Amino acid sequence: MHDATAPMASETTERAKADAAGTGTVPPDRVDLSALLADSRVTEVLDELDSELIGLKPVKSRIRDIAALLLIERARKQLGLVGGSPSLHMSFTGNPGTGKTTVALRIASILHKLGFVRRGQVVSVTRDELVGQYIGHTAPKTKEILKKAMGGVLFIDEAYYLHRPDNERDYGQEAIEILLQVMESQREDLVVILAGYGDRMDKFFASNPGFRSRIAHHIDFPDYSDDELLAIAELMLHDMNYRFSPDARQAFVRYIALRKTQPLFSNARSIRNALDRMRLRQANRLVADLDRVLTADDIMSLEAPDVLASRVFSNTSVE
Amino acid sequence: MRITQGTFSFLPDLTDTEVSAQIDYALAQGWAIGVEYTDDPHPRNCYWEMWGNPMFDLRDAAGAMTEVHACRKAHPHTYIRVNAFDATRGFETTRLSFIVNRPATEPGFLLKRHEVGGRQIQYTIESYAAQAPEGRRYE
Repeated sequence: MHDATAPMASETTERAKADAAGTGTVPPDRVDLSALLADSRVTEVLDELDSELIGLKPVKSRIRDIAALLLIERARKQLGLVGGSPSLHMSFTGNPGTGKTTVALRIASILHKLGFVRRGQVVSVTRDELVGQYIGHTAPKTKEILKKAMGGVLFIDEAYYLHRPDNERDYGQEAIEILLQVMESQREDLVVILAGYGDRMDKFFASNPGFRSRIAHHIDFPDYSDDELLAIAELMLHDMNYRFSPDARQAFVRYIALRKTQPLFSNARSIRNALDRMRLRQANRLVADLDRVLTADDIMSLEAPDVLASRVFSNTSVE
Repeated sequence: MRITQGTFSFLPDLTDTEVSAQIDYALAQGWAIGVEYTDDPHPRNCYWEMWGNPMFDLRDAAGAMTEVHACRKAHPHTYIRVNAFDATRGFETTRLSFIVNRPATEPGFLLKRHEVGGRQIQYTIESYAAQAPEGRRYE
C-alpha cells in the first residue's frame, strides 16, 4: 500500500511545479529529456570542465556518464520509478601531479550542481585526521570528520596510509571499518573519494577488498602528453597574468621534453614549479636593469633566457 | 502530562524530516548543534546530560541526525533535545532548543503545599517520575 501511494504523491508535486512554472502539464507516462537537460545545469558544468581541465579523457568521460545518469534518474523520478540512490564513491589513482586532487576538489561542486550532493563542501583529510593515537580515540575522530563531510564530499588523500600491513594492531583498521559502514549505509548523504598513487592503491585495495567493492568508480589518471603539459603551462601562466614570448615558448617545449626524461618528474606539479622558478628569474632579470622603464608587456612576458637558465638544460650539456 | 519545554513543544512531536529541516535551518544561521538528554523532567532542570560534544562546522543535518538517532537508541526512554548554539559575540547563547524524544508515558507532577508561619503556603512541584532513582524513571 505504501509503495502505491508514494509515487503518486511525487508525481502530483512534479505536476504542480510544472504548472507553477507555466510550462503546462507533464503527462505522467512520458518525459521530455531535453527540457530536463535545460533545467539542470549539466551542460554548463561539462563545458566548464572541458575548458578548464586539459587532457584527462577518462575522467571527463566518467563525469559525462554520471551526468547522464543524473538526467535519467530525474526522468525516472518524474515517472514515479523510484530506485536506490546510485553509489558515487570514487577512487582516483595516477602518478604524481596528474590532477587527482584538483579534480577531487572540483568534483564536489560538479556533484552539487548536478544535484547528487546537497551542500557541495569538500572535507579533505589524510590519515592524521581520521586515525587516533590511543585506544578509543579513532572512532570519535573518524565520526566527527564524517559528520562534517555529510552533504558533501569526503576526500581522503593518500588513502593507503590508512592501512599499515606491518602492524596488526594499527588503529587505521578501525577507521576503515567505520568508513566502510557509512559509505554503505549513508550513500545519499556522503560521497567518499580516495586518491593515491596507482601501485600503492592497488596494494591497499588488495588488502581491503571491502573498499574495492564499495567504490563504484575507479578512475585512472593518465600521464600528460607533451602538448598537454604545454597547454597546462600556458593556462597556468594565463591565470598568473604572465605569458611566454615566442622564443620562450619554443624553449619551454624543449624543456618539457628534457624534464620528462629526468627522475622525479611529476607532471603538472613539475610544470608549476618550473614556472615559479622562471618567474623568479624574470624578476631578477628585470631588477638587474633598474634604469629601464618597463611596460606592462615587459612585466608580463617570460623570455627565452628565463627558460634556458634552467638546470635541466645545463645537466644535459654536461652529460 | 505532556512536558512543554523549548520551541515547538505545543505542537505534535516533530517527525525526523521536520527535525532535520530545523537543524538545517540552525546550521544555515551558523549555529552549532548539540544533543542532550535527561530523565528529570522538572522545568528548572536546565543542565541536561550532553550526548557527545557540540558539533561545530557541520554543513548538513545528516551529521547531527546520526547523533540524534544514536542518542535515541542508547536512551529511548528519556527526554532528548537538540540545542542550537549561537557563538556570535553579544549572543553567545542557545538560540533554539527543542525536544526530539520523550518517554512513552509522562506521569506529570505532584503539587506540594508547604505551610509556613502565619498560615502562608509555599507551593512547589515534584515530578512523579523523579521519585524513582536516576536511570530507572521511565522503564
